[in-house]
Amino acid sequence: MTPAATILLALAVPLIGAALIAAAHRAPNVRETITLVTAGILFLLAASLTPLVLAGERPEVTLLEMMPGLALKFKVEPLGMLFGLIASGLWIVNSLYSIGYMRANNEKHQTRFYVCFAGALASAVGIAFAGNLLTLFLFYEALTLITYPLVTHAGTEDARRSGRIYLGMLIGTSTVFLLVGIVWTWQLAGTLEFAVGGILKGRASNAMLGVLLALFIFGIGKAAVMPFHRWLPAAMVAPTPVSALLHAVAVVKAGVFSVVKIVVYVFGVEEISGLRSVDWLPFISGFTIIAASIVALRSDNLKRRLAYSTVSQLSYVVLAAALLTPLSIVGAALHIAAHALGKITLFFAAGAIYTAAHKTEVSQLAGIGRRMPWTMGAFAVGALSMIGLPPAAGFISKWYILQGAMGTEQWNAVFVIIASTLLNAGYFLPIIYRAFFVAPPADGHGHHAHGEAPWPMVAALTLTALGTVALFFFPEVPLELARQLAGV
Amino acid sequence: MIAQHFPILQVVLPLMAAPLMVLLRRGAPAWLLAVIVSWTGLFISLSLLAQVADGSVISYAIGSWPPPWGIEYRIDRVNAFVLVLVSLIAAVVVIYSRASVAAELPAHQHYLFYSLFALCLAGLLGIAATGDAFNLFVFLEISSLSSYALIALGRDRRALMASYQYLIMGTIGATFYIIGVGLLYLMTGTLNMADMAQRLAGVTEVRAVLAALAFITVGICLKLALFPLHLWLPNAYAYAPSAVTAFLAATATKVSVYVLLRFYYSIYGESAIFYALPMGQILLLLSLAAMFIASAIAIIQSDLKRLFAYSSVAQIGYITLGISFDSVTGLTGGIVHLFNHALTKGALFMLLGCFALRLGRIRFDNIGGIARVMPFTSFGIVLGGLSLIGAPGTAGFISKWYLVLAALESGQWWIALAIMLSSLLAVVYVWRFVEAAYFREPDAKTAQLKEAPLEMLVPALLMIAACFYFGLDTTLTVDGAARAAQTLLQGIR
Repeated sequence: MTPAATILLALAVPLIGAALIAAAHRAPNVRETITLVTAGILFLLAASLTPLVLAGERPEVTLLEMMPGLALKFKVEPLGMLFGLIASGLWIVNSLYSIGYMRANNEKHQTRFYVCFAGALASAVGIAFAGNLLTLFLFYEALTLITYPLVTHAGTEDARRSGRIYLGMLIGTSTVFLLVGIVWTWQLAGTLEFAVGGILKGRASNAMLGVLLALFIFGIGKAAVMPFHRWLPAAMVAPTPVSALLHAVAVVKAGVFSVVKIVVYVFGVEEISGLRSVDWLPFISGFTIIAASIVALRSDNLKRRLAYSTVSQLSYVVLAAALLTPLSIVGAALHIAAHALGKITLFFAAGAIYTAAHKTEVSQLAGIGRRMPWTMGAFAVGALSMIGLPPAAGFISKWYILQGAMGTEQWNAVFVIIASTLLNAGYFLPIIYRAFFVAPPADGHGHHAHGEAPWPMVAALTLTALGTVALFFFPEVPLELARQLAGV
Repeated sequence: MIAQHFPILQVVLPLMAAPLMVLLRRGAPAWLLAVIVSWTGLFISLSLLAQVADGSVISYAIGSWPPPWGIEYRIDRVNAFVLVLVSLIAAVVVIYSRASVAAELPAHQHYLFYSLFALCLAGLLGIAATGDAFNLFVFLEISSLSSYALIALGRDRRALMASYQYLIMGTIGATFYIIGVGLLYLMTGTLNMADMAQRLAGVTEVRAVLAALAFITVGICLKLALFPLHLWLPNAYAYAPSAVTAFLAATATKVSVYVLLRFYYSIYGESAIFYALPMGQILLLLSLAAMFIASAIAIIQSDLKRLFAYSSVAQIGYITLGISFDSVTGLTGGIVHLFNHALTKGALFMLLGCFALRLGRIRFDNIGGIARVMPFTSFGIVLGGLSLIGAPGTAGFISKWYLVLAALESGQWWIALAIMLSSLLAVVYVWRFVEAAYFREPDAKTAQLKEAPLEMLVPALLMIAACFYFGLDTTLTVDGAARAAQTLLQGIR
């Protein structure tokens, strides 16, 4: 199979899967098998492209010309490859988890859930492999729309209100800022292709570059840079598998992925490094890191705490990109992978706790580690990765970001990273401590005997926890992809 | 052989069909005739478009009286595009109309409906095809009078009031137009548009010509419902039979926009006098007002037909905004939006007609949970709404892209922001529908409803599919619009 055909197939497979899932709505077992098989095929397709990209090839395919000079085009470069691998690989695990979660909680409209999930993955693959800004934007908006039914899955008044925030903030930012930025880039550069070294060289004044960067950073609401972050906690009203794969991996990573991609391939790291007009970005992202950590520290609801932790961790990637050094770009790409694995583990654990024990608040978790040792063990691994401690993947990415910051003497960034590490420890370690070392309250009011969650869920969260550790010991493939991206 | 008579056949076929239908006096054969006439018309318009695609102009002298003495039909890339649009919409709506009309109108009025429909079609096509300013007035009146009657056929008694309101406003508009043409005739001694343009080319400062421009502008803007001259439109759209609303919303205002373009660029374009009035600025301000105020009013409507009617007023603002930039990109955006919005709004009103078939009046309080019982209609409206918002992959996105590009090219970045902000208002009113149709529980009455019949649903959903097709493949729309824009900016030579 030619690489071009593989790319197209990777886009088509989730859509075909969605159609089959819809067709099999009367047979839950068939439906869920189709989901797993689709996810498996998608991952194999992505994996089959990886050796090519590692060897320096950049397979591409152009579908059709939407407007003169503006085609629907796909091109696989290292960062997109990495994102594609993460999204498709974790979809397999997440499907396994979803089966356990959706059945155990007797969720309604499960077919719609799986169909939208497959659609979301198709959009994520489209974002990952997008060859120009127009294609990226198309799939970016598609991802927002297809995840709306997932966020509002419950259909309650609360879900509807959260859906409004979700849609309003994501569509609002992408329409008012991102699209204007893209059209402006087209007008200035005459192209929207992603090109090594950027496409704006010599086409815009420094001040214009600063404004454009702002349009892109704030336009990509999915990156959740403050003040456009509130949609992410609002989206937590969704079933936990959605929060896990979409609001820890696919959707939010699509956001920071786009930021990194635009900084590297539209602006060009060397073209804008040192410009006064873009030096506000480290401050904005640094502020987001700290402020979101503080909110997380004060949240008792577990999913909300994880959501704010995500907001904070996403800005790590933005900050790393904003440092504009090759090493920090490596760190940015690695952090996309590391945070994905760690955060999905944490959400899986939160969902397992909810399913088995019906607990949602941190303060209720005393002694839960004794009843759910696998779940809380995996939670601990995920938390270590968030804090950035070995032997978890988060350590490596943080290491590169710090090296980049120190190498160019950007001490503000170093301070932000250290302070946030302390804050991360401050809001994760007490949970682990409480789960394992505090005695559970005497049974009687509302507490019932429970063990672990259903086995598909436990298997899924164990797998991702192992993955988090494995990425620490064997980071070769992501590291090589990240190096190629940064050109070091 | 017969192909050389296409310009006149395009108009005459529906015109002749109309009295024939009255003679038939039966709904079914009248409908069949309407189908034959509109699909033949579509074929003719497409072949005309193919003939002029290379930039040539077809000049057809009626009765072989050579222009400028006789009436000339003059087809170029601009009006061939409009002819295709009108015939396309007519061809789809006529299929749709059978079931809709059967449900909404008493049987003895069916043949009258199709007859009026054919007359209205003939009028709209005639406006687009003719190269004669007075002949244009005649067709303007044919289309207007037939649409007053069509609107009055609505089963709600308020349709009479709406029709009357439109009659008064429309007549004022037509009168203003004919006063303007009269003044031009006085000054130039000709009614042929091409001839008129040549004679005006040298004119720099003649008050009568300036007054003619003002009269024609106001008259046509009444017909195209430019804010604040839109007052007739919401009621007319809300109370007319569903098929009429779908047809008029997609074509009538669009053809009027074409007339405005013709006068501005082809007739006045050569003369310095056009720039004596700040037409661009006036149009810009009114367009922005339409985009924001009409969208805001749409948000607070409780009747869905009125909601989308106000949305039409807002979307017409986008079209005139494109014209106000006075550049190739701006005009391309305006013309492409003319086409895309016609498709989108036509499809939306057809789907609303599906609701109307089951519900009567469509209000937010009686469509709660309707997506359960009418899933295809509801989802079609959501998809059409996406095109209205301008989500990428839909036709609406393409128009928005060109309008924003035109704004940035002219250095007015704040207009680009305004375009985007106003499209967010569309998100609000489309999402009001989503929340009502999908999040509420259907009440006992709603739960009894059935999905609309296929012969209404299929044409409507095909139009929705077209909204997506023209969002991805724009060779027909953007190329056609860009060529039309170039032709317009060259003037009639």
